[in-house]
Amino acid sequence: MLKIRLLKDKIARRYMLGITVFCLLLLFIIGAGLLAKSIPVLQEKTLWELIGTSSWKPFKGEFGFLTFILSTIYVTAIAILIALPLSLLASIYLSEYASDRIKRFFSPVIDLLAGIPPVIYGVWGTLTIVPLIADKIAPLFVDFSTGYSMLAGGLVLAIMIVPIIISVLTEIFNAIPKDIREASWSLGATKWETVKKVVLRRSLPGIIAATVLAVSRAFGETMAVLMVCGNFTDLPKSIFDACYPLPALIANNYGEMMSLPSYESALMFSALLLFVIIVLFNAGSRLILDQINLKYHL
Amino acid sequence: MIGAKHPPKNAMEYLMDSKETEKSNAVKTNLSVKDLNVYIQDKHILKNITLAIPEKSITCIIGPSGCGKTTLLRSFNRLHDDAADVRVTGNVVIDGEDIYGKGVEVTHIRKKMGLLAQRPTVLPMSIFENVAYGPRIYGVKKRRQLYEIVKNQLVSVGLWNEVNDRLKTPAIRLSIGQQQRLCLARGLAVEPEIILGDEATSALDPISTAKIEELFLQLKEKYGIVLVTHTLRQAKRIADYIAFMYLGELIEFGTADAILNHPQKQLTKDYLSGSFS
Repeated sequence: MLKIRLLKDKIARRYMLGITVFCLLLLFIIGAGLLAKSIPVLQEKTLWELIGTSSWKPFKGEFGFLTFILSTIYVTAIAILIALPLSLLASIYLSEYASDRIKRFFSPVIDLLAGIPPVIYGVWGTLTIVPLIADKIAPLFVDFSTGYSMLAGGLVLAIMIVPIIISVLTEIFNAIPKDIREASWSLGATKWETVKKVVLRRSLPGIIAATVLAVSRAFGETMAVLMVCGNFTDLPKSIFDACYPLPALIANNYGEMMSLPSYESALMFSALLLFVIIVLFNAGSRLILDQINLKYHL
Repeated sequence: MIGAKHPPKNAMEYLMDSKETEKSNAVKTNLSVKDLNVYIQDKHILKNITLAIPEKSITCIIGPSGCGKTTLLRSFNRLHDDAADVRVTGNVVIDGEDIYGKGVEVTHIRKKMGLLAQRPTVLPMSIFENVAYGPRIYGVKKRRQLYEIVKNQLVSVGLWNEVNDRLKTPAIRLSIGQQQRLCLARGLAVEPEIILGDEATSALDPISTAKIEELFLQLKEKYGIVLVTHTLRQAKRIADYIAFMYLGELIEFGTADAILNHPQKQLTKDYLSGSFS
């Protein structure tokens, strides 16, 4: 009997180890696959020609990815700059101030928002955000904008990731022991002082992790952004200009790439770029997190 | 006199003054409770508690688990405010002010009481910043002045010599006994009148416990101290006054000597003799 139980334990352990290793391997398999497919274009051009210039003429064999790289980074940055403060305040309210009734109402609503398919956000953005920018916001700053712009992409993306960040942050704040808040309160601190000096500080690593998650999500978001950002291959000069992030480039051109081998390779390279950006970003934030943990010993 | 090693003079007067244990007019008090009732989700947790906590002495609240000791202590500090399902009626008066009265600022009430929790609750910052936390909130900005406050309070809890060379390290790195003394120093830094301890030594080893108890005995020269304790032996060691609670009611209150050696109520006698705990 005992033997069988021990055997089961061993099998379960091996099995789970195998699955874990496989997940890790996937990362390398994907990376290697993309790299293999990108080799033709990498042999043809220097790395600088590919990522340092913005001339995109696939049928003349010019593949400058700068527009796409910058578009991806700008749209994500706009989204995070808008979404992070909003979600931070909302999740502080939900975890520190809201009554149980409000919490019970809001958390399923937020989970629901987080689950709405991107294409719906995209359609909604086309119908509301794009005209709003074209008619109301852009005229204040520039002569002309179609509304299909970097700002539109950033806004729609921000609206999409707000519920995700709120949901993660609320969990993080709720995980902080009540004792610590009470210790601060019983020294006469107000709730806001406690949030500012104790709760936020204590959850800093969590806040960073949530931001990383949101940024990774934003980098890769395709559909919603593609529908509102204009998809124009010139380098954008302001946030009211159209832009063209990497995921949109891949999705838009995947079908027609077969005709031109170097075009196919270039698109694969753009996928590799996106992959590398996300991996580097995650690795970088991991380093920052470790530094913070080391410094504060949280 | 087994229990009270240092009974204040007025304790004896009080005893002679009145045999009734719940009447404590002869003792100076700055914290009193009148007809306090606490309900948690319609459960009657505290029933008509009336009690005057004597000044500058140690009052231990004893009683079996679930008798409402901690609830009582937390109601002194209005820590029930945040819970939607807790209802409090009656009065808790500190310095003549009813803390549950209308328009009373809760932060102002809490400043008057330092709280020591069951496990040390250091804030996620350095040793220095932990003690400076309260003074900073009350507007002390000068580095020099903060340093003086921090130093004085760390000296008063006997931690200065152990940590003065690493004030900037995170407080979480201290041993658990040191952490509890740091929490005490942090509470003292806001100049409270009363120290509340909720089984403040239950997570500590015997040596740290002894240090904290010794501190309480020193601190009672200046502060009123109210301790919830689950160990009768601790009450015997340091209490000047003892309140015995059972199932949400205050059964008996009096000097440590009176309660420990001449309990009036059968329930108290049974509890002290170990019939239940």
